[in-house]
Amino acid sequence: MRKVLLPALVIITASLLLIRLFYLQVIDDSFKLQSDNNAIKINYTYPERGYIYDRTGKLLVANQPSYDIMVIPRDVKKLDTVQFCKLLNITKEDFIKKIAKARVYSPLLPSVFLSQLNKVEYAGFQEKLRRFEGFYIQKRSLRDYQVNYGANVFGFITQVNEKTIEKNPYYKGGDLIGKQGVEESYEDILRGQKGVKYILRDKFNREIGSYKSGKYDTISKQGQDVTLTIDAELQKYGEELMINKRGGIVAIEPNTGEILALVTAPSYDPSILVGRQRSANYTKLYKDSIAKPLYDRGLLAEYPPGSPFKILTGLISLQEGVINDSIGFNCRHGFSYARGRFMRCHCSGGRVQLHRAIYQSCNTYFSSAYIKLINKYQDHGYAVDVWAKHLKSFGLGDFMGYDLPTGRKGKIPTSKLYNKTYAGWKWDGKTIVSNAIGQGEVLMTPIQLANFMATIANRGYFYTPHIIKKIEGTTIDKRFTTKHTTTIDRKYFDPIVSGMFDVYNRGTAAGLGAVGIEMCGKTGTAENFAKINGKRVKLQDHSIFVAFAPKDNPKIAIAVFVENGYWGARWAGPITTLMIEKYLNNKITRIDFEKRMLTGSLKSQYDKLLPQKQQDSIFRKRDSIEFAKKRIDSIAKQKKATIKKDSTKTN
Amino acid sequence: MKNQGISQNIDWISIIIFAVLVIMGWLNIYSSSLSSVGEDVSIFDFTQIYGKQLLFIMFTIPLIFIVLFVEAKFYEKFAIIIFAISLLSLIGLFLFGKTIAGQRCWYAIGSFTLQPSEFAKAATSLALAKYLSDVQINLKEVNRQIQVLIIIFLPVMLILPQPDPGSALIYSVFFIVLFREGMPGWYLLTGFIAIILFVLTLATNNPFIVIAITVVVLAINYFRSRLVDRNIIASAILLVMVSAFSFSVSYVFDNVFKQHHRDRFNILLGKEVDMKGVGYNTNQSEIAIGSGGLFGKGFLEGTQTKGGFVPEQHTDYIFTTVGEEWGFLGCIIVIGLFVGLILRIVYLAERQKTKFSRVYGYCVAGILFIHFFVNIAMVVGVFPTIGVPLPFFSYGGSGLWGFTILLFIFLKMDANKVNEW
Repeated sequence: MRKVLLPALVIITASLLLIRLFYLQVIDDSFKLQSDNNAIKINYTYPERGYIYDRTGKLLVANQPSYDIMVIPRDVKKLDTVQFCKLLNITKEDFIKKIAKARVYSPLLPSVFLSQLNKVEYAGFQEKLRRFEGFYIQKRSLRDYQVNYGANVFGFITQVNEKTIEKNPYYKGGDLIGKQGVEESYEDILRGQKGVKYILRDKFNREIGSYKSGKYDTISKQGQDVTLTIDAELQKYGEELMINKRGGIVAIEPNTGEILALVTAPSYDPSILVGRQRSANYTKLYKDSIAKPLYDRGLLAEYPPGSPFKILTGLISLQEGVINDSIGFNCRHGFSYARGRFMRCHCSGGRVQLHRAIYQSCNTYFSSAYIKLINKYQDHGYAVDVWAKHLKSFGLGDFMGYDLPTGRKGKIPTSKLYNKTYAGWKWDGKTIVSNAIGQGEVLMTPIQLANFMATIANRGYFYTPHIIKKIEGTTIDKRFTTKHTTTIDRKYFDPIVSGMFDVYNRGTAAGLGAVGIEMCGKTGTAENFAKINGKRVKLQDHSIFVAFAPKDNPKIAIAVFVENGYWGARWAGPITTLMIEKYLNNKITRIDFEKRMLTGSLKSQYDKLLPQKQQDSIFRKRDSIEFAKKRIDSIAKQKKATIKKDSTKTN
Repeated sequence: MKNQGISQNIDWISIIIFAVLVIMGWLNIYSSSLSSVGEDVSIFDFTQIYGKQLLFIMFTIPLIFIVLFVEAKFYEKFAIIIFAISLLSLIGLFLFGKTIAGQRCWYAIGSFTLQPSEFAKAATSLALAKYLSDVQINLKEVNRQIQVLIIIFLPVMLILPQPDPGSALIYSVFFIVLFREGMPGWYLLTGFIAIILFVLTLATNNPFIVIAITVVVLAINYFRSRLVDRNIIASAILLVMVSAFSFSVSYVFDNVFKQHHRDRFNILLGKEVDMKGVGYNTNQSEIAIGSGGLFGKGFLEGTQTKGGFVPEQHTDYIFTTVGEEWGFLGCIIVIGLFVGLILRIVYLAERQKTKFSRVYGYCVAGILFIHFFVNIAMVVGVFPTIGVPLPFFSYGGSGLWGFTILLFIFLKMDANKVNEW
């Protein structure tokens, strides 16, 4: 017995040690990571982001160097905080707070201590850097905006958040990432590929050579330049026209689907989101829940399309054979579609045929056509689905697949909705007749409006709208060069187009035309409501206008909407005309409009929405009155033009 | 005549394991000390740690020959004198010793230092073997027990105040040897229970919990299993002793121990998490070993080793290099070699014809075992931080020579057993 004790002890303890070693080395793999944190320092080299150009080759967005002070909390030694804070112009409380925050993130990994120093601050700090152990400077490149417009198109650059870091291992704390606009859509192309260098270090943090002789090191790859389809001049002009208004403009080149202008108002100067004031400015933009400067109305605002939708009602009715050019409906300045329900009409009345129905925007005509369309089939649900299918072929009711990161589907109702809404009831064309004039359940975004205009301009097809024209060294996505044909035969477009042509000549937009350009358009007015102090209040109607020009071989299709802009021809119509003129002729003959549009303000309308606060915030990026004055002076100097009296009519 | 026969009679298995361990040890010392020098390295650079260790290793060869060529009877005859010289060398430290890092353990001759406590283990083993080999000795007798305890505690008393608790701890292994030679089992049992009570008291931080557990255990014993006699009085005495022990552990821990001693225990018990301060050694050691994985990072590829993150890596923490660069498989091999060597020595000891050489062999196996166990247990974080080297592996001339002499005296005795009658 006594002989066994020592050998038994030896074997038992050795087994226990092996179990412990097996746990440490094979089961628990946290030590591998800790070991790397200990011994391997990773140096990144950040490539320059790709430049952004407009369609004419004008440089819009370039880069400027920027310097972040990084901190590894574990490595921070005692330092002269007074000197440190003085150099960086921060308070001691800031210092303590920032260190604590970095420590919470990770004591071993680098965090941004202070971001986006300029050259002067950098130079001052760099000199003293060696006195501050645990701190180092990371050079990055920041955006340098060459223009003060287009913020919604470009998007912005921001520090990557922790959620993204978790999802995408490419990003590390403090890295920059594109958000919104082109910066987000083409992040992978613009950012390039950062370079990595693994460096071995010892316990004193001294570098003792490269890890595995640089086997895992990579060199950085420059970001690629991109050319946008945006016309900088047009974009700029659109933003100027929208000063002191809210709304959006989307202009598309019909035969390519290229987005010429994408305006949202109010907007902001993109350069306020660069530099150390960035986060303060961003917070202000973000917190403005009423004007919503970060909200791209051109892509995100869903509205009942109003009268422009009549064009689609007409096209589908033609295709389904329920109307033709010559068929007429009697309009008695309105339409009674149910007991006590009367839809007023502003056309000149009498027997209305398709042509006049369009240019006078006759409610009666399109309501009658729509009822015939829905009642064509015994099964009204089936008829609704036929109608919806035609609409969907215009790219409506769904994300269109354009290359900007935000969007809304809009809404095209189907039989499912009505069968559910009117379950147990008999319903037919009359029940849902408001769809005929774009006031029913249909919702569209401005870019969908513009795309549908481009489809009319093309007489039956469209290309998916896109904002990328060229990526350095590659071709653009195939989905932007694929033709989408609608379910409407080509021959049905001609009567519609000719009606739209007369909208300008003798219709709801008479007097809005421009010299020497054959324009086709359609006014629109959309009712809207808001909750103010808990009550549903009807607000001033939205002003909508869609158009394309020239009539033959169109070069531009456009949709404009101005929130609370009374009616289509009042604000959206003139702005549309000016945009088309600017784009096609590059000079403005209608300086009467121009003056009125540039100086006009709907502020009093918008003020109803907000309980007297922050009305003059930074988002009114330029002082509009002063700007408009300057602009008017320069126009007046250039030319003397007769001021035509502009006449506007409601639809 | 006898010397000619030594190559046939000596145990080559032990010698091969010894050689392999020494070579592996050197390779790991080379790896762990390489980081501090530049690109141009020569293994014969005697200003470097690995160069010095190579020198120490080369010096073991004449040492081995001297040990083997000395008459086997010499060790038995002069055991007490060797022990006395060893004790004197320990006493001499108080007068002539050199203090390094707060420990007065070394004699310095120029830049060269010698640590007498490394040799005292072999000397004590010889003395113990000599004392027990007397046929008159019966360890059941109390005064014999006292005498033998004096032999063991003399060097401990001289080593403890250096202070070198690690070296002193090693002497506890002699109780296993004494048990083998007939000492009553309750010595070991008491020690074992004391350790459990000690850990339990510290872990619960409340002597009352320990007492409660003891009461429960005694109650179960009384009503159920009757491992110990159903003696109320004995049980009560036991309970009083346990209580006194537990309270005194608590008192000593809080009032006699220094803070750094308390910290070492607290880390093990998971009470202390300051990985930058007191927990740094253990934490870094675990990181280095843990990051090695199954196959290790490869020789000279250990990032923790190269970065010098583990303190004292070439001495007490040399096993971390094995763990990091050679992985779990390397650890199995090293542990396997130690287990093989120790069991081999136990086997050889048991077949000795004289009690003297058997006891001595047992001492050798025990000393190697406790070094091996305490060192690796500390490195993998299951034993408090205490300065015990890993035999044949850790850097240091005194240690290497001490273990070499310890081992080869026994191998000489073993080779000589054919001449015993």
